[in-house]
Amino acid sequence: MSGYVAVAAVLGAGVLLVAAAMSARRLLAPHAPLPAKLTTYESGVDPVGEGWAQTKVRYFVFSFLYVVFAVDAIYLFPWALVLRDADLGMASLAEMGVFIGIVVLGLAHAARRGFLRWV
Amino acid sequence: MSPWLEVVLRAASVLAAFLVLPLVVGQTEHKVMAHMQGRLGPMYAGGFHGWAQLVADGVKFVQKEDITPARADRGVFRLAPAVALIPYLVALAVIPLSPTVVGADVEASAVLVLAAMGVGIIGTLMAGWSSANKYSLLGAMRSAAQLVSYELPMVLAVASVALAAGSLSLVGIAEAWNPWWLLWQFPGAFVFLVAALAELQRPPFDMPVADSEIVFGSYTEYSGLRFAFFLLAEYAGIVVMSLLFAVLYLGGWAGPFESGLGWLWTLLKGFAVAVVVIWLRVSWPRLREDQLQRLAWVWLVPIALLQLAITAVGVVMTR
Repeated sequence: MSGYVAVAAVLGAGVLLVAAAMSARRLLAPHAPLPAKLTTYESGVDPVGEGWAQTKVRYFVFSFLYVVFAVDAIYLFPWALVLRDADLGMASLAEMGVFIGIVVLGLAHAARRGFLRWV
Repeated sequence: MSPWLEVVLRAASVLAAFLVLPLVVGQTEHKVMAHMQGRLGPMYAGGFHGWAQLVADGVKFVQKEDITPARADRGVFRLAPAVALIPYLVALAVIPLSPTVVGADVEASAVLVLAAMGVGIIGTLMAGWSSANKYSLLGAMRSAAQLVSYELPMVLAVASVALAAGSLSLVGIAEAWNPWWLLWQFPGAFVFLVAALAELQRPPFDMPVADSEIVFGSYTEYSGLRFAFFLLAEYAGIVVMSLLFAVLYLGGWAGPFESGLGWLWTLLKGFAVAVVVIWLRVSWPRLREDQLQRLAWVWLVPIALLQLAITAVGVVMTR
């Protein structure tokens, strides 16, 4: 358990680092906001109209695929610990083969339907 | 020693390593890149071959005005650099340099490292979304797509090593390592290195920050210290990935005099991997977005799954 206490302490050290750096900045850096300085950067052109616009996110199929495989990966880690078990080893190998086989079939299907190609 | 003092000392040591190692990698990058391109690199700051260049850069960044654009989502915009930086600190804490030299010794450190690094990505997304800038938004979307795609082969490659060692602890994995792994786990090591480069958004996978297209991607609107934090996160990321590669695939502290000098071996191996990361930046052109997605899904994921099968069969055969 003490290992996780140290992890929490490191997390706290990270927060302290950010806080200390920001305090140093507040003391050292100038602060003179001007309307021109605070405009959105548009390569030197003044922004025109509403800032928020609709855009098409084309990557959503990749995120679906990711979710499928991420679940697969979660099952792999506990399997890593039991594979050497004499009772489970061979059977779990065959079961994992079937499991990964089905997932690979899904990936092949996605590839065949053209989801892995850029649209 | 009282347990609380020990915890404080551990946190302070990890913080010191976190502030020094990225600077060493950054200075190495300045010099290695310069010499590969027939230049000298920084020569002035600090006197000897410009060793203090990055310290001087840090001092400069602290003194620069920190600007939050008027249209930005203030709270999220200002928090994003911390969210990008701190996860790498946590990841560095659990990577062992030797069985005894480790910031925080936890059971499932391989899983914890992957989980911590996954959080860092949210910082980039927060920065891109809250900036209310089209370059930032495009950069954040590219980051999201890239990181989602490459997270997977990396997790599968680490799972394969965990399988080979029968342990989820980085110490356990490195102790189970033997030189045959260089051959047995080679496809996995290749996949891990490529995926790690992509996770770091380093060239040739720097599409999300492609300067000729979208200025600096998610970080376009940042200035001063907050901008410096994103840069520090990138170099801390190189340190974490290189040390992780050394521990997982190169045996970590395995080497002559390992009982006393093990930590030095891990650092040296990690440093060699970091030089490879720099070398790849100098020598490869940027991948296009479609090539990048194709490489992940058509090549890396199947290779990682194949590696998993090879590892599983190998473990059962030699049991």
